[in-house]
Amino acid sequence: MAVAEPILGNDQDTGQSVLAHRLARTWRQPRGLWGWFSNTHHTDIGIRFMVTAFIFLLLGGILAVLIRLQLVRPENSLIGPDLYNQVFTMHGSTMIFLFAVPMMFQGFGVYVVPLMCGARNIAFPRLNAFSYYLYVGGALVLWGGFLTNTGPDVGWFAYVPLSGPAYSPGHRADIWSQMITFTEVSALGVAICIATTILRYRAPGMTLNRMPILLWEKLVISLAVIFAMPAVMIASGLLLLDRLVGTHFFNPAEGGDVLLYQHLFWFFGHPEVYIIFLPGAAIVSTVVECFSRRRIFGYTPIVVSVVATGFLGFSVWVHHMFATGLPQLSESFFTAASLMIVIPTGVQFFCWVATIWHGRLQLRLPMLWCFGFFFVFLIGGLSGVMLASVPVDLQVHDTYFVVAHFHYVLIGGALFPMFAGIYFWFPKMTGRIADTTLGKWHFWLFFIGFNITFFTLHFLGLHGMPRRVYTYGPDMHWHGLNAVASSGVVFMTAGLLVFLVNVFRSLRTGETAGNNPWGDAGLEWSMSSPPPPYNFLHVPTVGGRDPLWDDPPDQPVVVGLRDDIRETLVTHSLDADPQHKDEDPGPSIWPFLASVAVSAAFVGSIFTPWAVPIGAPLVIVTLVGWLWPHGPSPTPRPAEEV
Amino acid sequence: MNVVGNSALHMLLAQAAVLHLDRHSILHPAAPQAGHIEWLYWFIFWILLAVFVLMIGAFSRAAGKTRVAVSHPLPVMEKDEIADRRAGWGVGLATGITVITLFVVLVFSVITGKRVEGLTSKDPVTIQITGHQWWWEVTYPNPQADQTVTTANEIHVPVGTPVVVLTSSKDVIHSFWAPNITGKRDLLPGYSSAFWFEIEKPGIYHGQCAEFCGLQHAHMGFSIVAEPVDEFKAWEQQQLKIAAEPSTSEAVRGREVFLTHACLMCHTIRGTDAGSRLGPDLTHVASRNMIAAETLPNTAGALAGWIVDPQRIKPGTAMSPNPLAPDDLQAVVAYLQSLH
Repeated sequence: MAVAEPILGNDQDTGQSVLAHRLARTWRQPRGLWGWFSNTHHTDIGIRFMVTAFIFLLLGGILAVLIRLQLVRPENSLIGPDLYNQVFTMHGSTMIFLFAVPMMFQGFGVYVVPLMCGARNIAFPRLNAFSYYLYVGGALVLWGGFLTNTGPDVGWFAYVPLSGPAYSPGHRADIWSQMITFTEVSALGVAICIATTILRYRAPGMTLNRMPILLWEKLVISLAVIFAMPAVMIASGLLLLDRLVGTHFFNPAEGGDVLLYQHLFWFFGHPEVYIIFLPGAAIVSTVVECFSRRRIFGYTPIVVSVVATGFLGFSVWVHHMFATGLPQLSESFFTAASLMIVIPTGVQFFCWVATIWHGRLQLRLPMLWCFGFFFVFLIGGLSGVMLASVPVDLQVHDTYFVVAHFHYVLIGGALFPMFAGIYFWFPKMTGRIADTTLGKWHFWLFFIGFNITFFTLHFLGLHGMPRRVYTYGPDMHWHGLNAVASSGVVFMTAGLLVFLVNVFRSLRTGETAGNNPWGDAGLEWSMSSPPPPYNFLHVPTVGGRDPLWDDPPDQPVVVGLRDDIRETLVTHSLDADPQHKDEDPGPSIWPFLASVAVSAAFVGSIFTPWAVPIGAPLVIVTLVGWLWPHGPSPTPRPAEEV
Repeated sequence: MNVVGNSALHMLLAQAAVLHLDRHSILHPAAPQAGHIEWLYWFIFWILLAVFVLMIGAFSRAAGKTRVAVSHPLPVMEKDEIADRRAGWGVGLATGITVITLFVVLVFSVITGKRVEGLTSKDPVTIQITGHQWWWEVTYPNPQADQTVTTANEIHVPVGTPVVVLTSSKDVIHSFWAPNITGKRDLLPGYSSAFWFEIEKPGIYHGQCAEFCGLQHAHMGFSIVAEPVDEFKAWEQQQLKIAAEPSTSEAVRGREVFLTHACLMCHTIRGTDAGSRLGPDLTHVASRNMIAAETLPNTAGALAGWIVDPQRIKPGTAMSPNPLAPDDLQAVVAYLQSLH
């Protein structure tokens, strides 16, 4: 492989507009319907992830409203047990697998990471596009099943043996386990893209020690995804084998083990919480730094905390299984681990306080949502301390106390930072700033509604209301608290509607943003909004942790990358020294076709094992098309060298 | 008949308790186990409340102190060594306090765990609880088969005596939970485990399945009737008897209907030909306060409605509808009500 040493020099180019024109032509994505399916640029795919995930947030929200309506009074007959069990299973599965991870990890990661790295595209852009279509495939399978009365009804965790062939005939549980396969392959694909982008596509000068905290968090999350997702795919895969071809992995009557499934599921399930929360924390660190108008306090402790969280996240899964009756010693070990994970999260909180304390706070909209996060996530984190204690957990486990806890953690740790992130990067994504007044209405409606609903659920749990019951008797006296909890839904719904109005209005009439409306330090603010298809006119170099704050206007840029082919710069994973140039494979329809073939094989295998031998050749055909060599790149014409 | 009088009294007690949320609450313990846990809960709660107040105070102070109300981006502050050093001390101190606090929580949690789990008495009452979709099979195992009491959904225990519960499940995972008594324990198919509790005050305590177990997870309740030792012994003796001979002609006819219809396919009435173990043992069904796993009161009307169309009351239950002729139905109900 020819390794070309790019030349670092001052940007004294006078033909900038000529260069921009040429780059735009080279990096242009195809138009039309065919072009839409061939697009492999990370900003487009990232926005698609976000928009799709947001649609599923709304659909999952509608299911939540149904749940709250059903529970508003005792012995309500609005929806029966069969539909209710589908509804709460769909709510959990949609929110976790179709909203939280695709939005917080894939959506923000795919959009922001290459821009923050100073790269022209994400690494493995076709794998990235493939992952998006596969995610959509999984979402369509799950919701297609639900709309044809085949929605899974065994809970988002699908414990065996309830989800096994003996107690869940039909195809409802199969749909759940195949949806897992779809979305986890998608997350794995994106994790590989993001980890590679962060390790090899960083701008020269952005050593590990200068990497923005957001990139650190995305790197840790990507690695967590790579280690956690296989566990759940094994769990759902073995479940599917039990159901489809009559294996007995989880059948106690034939020597199978029901606890094995729980270990596999929660070995994924708890890191999953951090896969959802760390992207939120990453957004908060970014926004707090920007609106405190100072460099974040405690860069090193925060990074160490994030890495520690990534590791500790894998050592706490048993606290979901305390009630199974494990030996006391092992339970104490997992109590200790679960309490220990509070420390890195605490350190991050303290550093955020310190940053604001010694900064100059500007309470703009994204920062307001960060304050919402501080309040809500703090409550969720503190009730998590209670749940780490085995005796307390044995009482409140599987009650509405836990429901309250993890909604404080997940809505606090994902939804509040998500809105902070959306309002923060909305100008970059659309070129316009979202309206502040509407944004404040959105915040207060949502914040108040959220607390009305979910704070009340703590009391219901303490008074013994178990989770996943479709109704309860009047003699339990839970209806008053349930009615209060349900009333908060009105405010949350209104808040979300205000948000939608704000987005659609601001898209057309919002104030134009310019390159850097917040005066932030990240490289993503150095180009026009929205970014051109080539992202950076010149691949930048970086001299500090906060490039746009630290670096002088005459900071050198990378020259020597060709503008007639899609050349990208590959740098060293530790100190980001330029190593060689790589060529972006460019737009292609094959990732889409491959995802269709894989989807067909996955869906077929719900019904017959023959789908695997028939589907595999189809997938191979599409992979051949995907990887078909396009011949050597044209040799550069000296005249076009800039 | 003393037993019947007592359960009527307990019914009254239960109905009095129903007026409050206390009947099914972890904050109103009736056993030392739940008491220890409640103490630990409040201990951690007050610590966490203090942490919450401190953190919210810190955020408010920081925001109030440094907030600038302008909309254009302010210039970035220069590095300030002194401020950073002070912040470093602050963060370090807060982290140290966090570690100490968590350690205290850990120690008290482990101590409470030992208190809740350790069994001190050597002479407990042993009860085997087996989960079914969606009811609880309750047996009091005895080396002599004819001394083994079998009942369903209503667990009688003597007060002041340790009770060891052995758990298992016939089908899917269930979880046995009576919040006023102690923490929950999963009933796992393929596994058996044991835990214990001891109730101090006589009374009827409610419990419910806490692990999602399918369509009727919501209607899988049970009750624990804690009574003085002598009453418990009397109850046990009564339960050991075979079914009473029906004394009225209607009840005799009811037994005839029971034994010639689908009833005997699933239920046992000891002393008759009905001996299937698929459904709850009905030998002394009239001694129980509720039917269908705490779904309906044990009255003639509720029994009749349940027998005719259980799927309407508890959709998905294993019991199929029984379209009996009105007088047959009345007879069966009369017979079941005679089974004290």
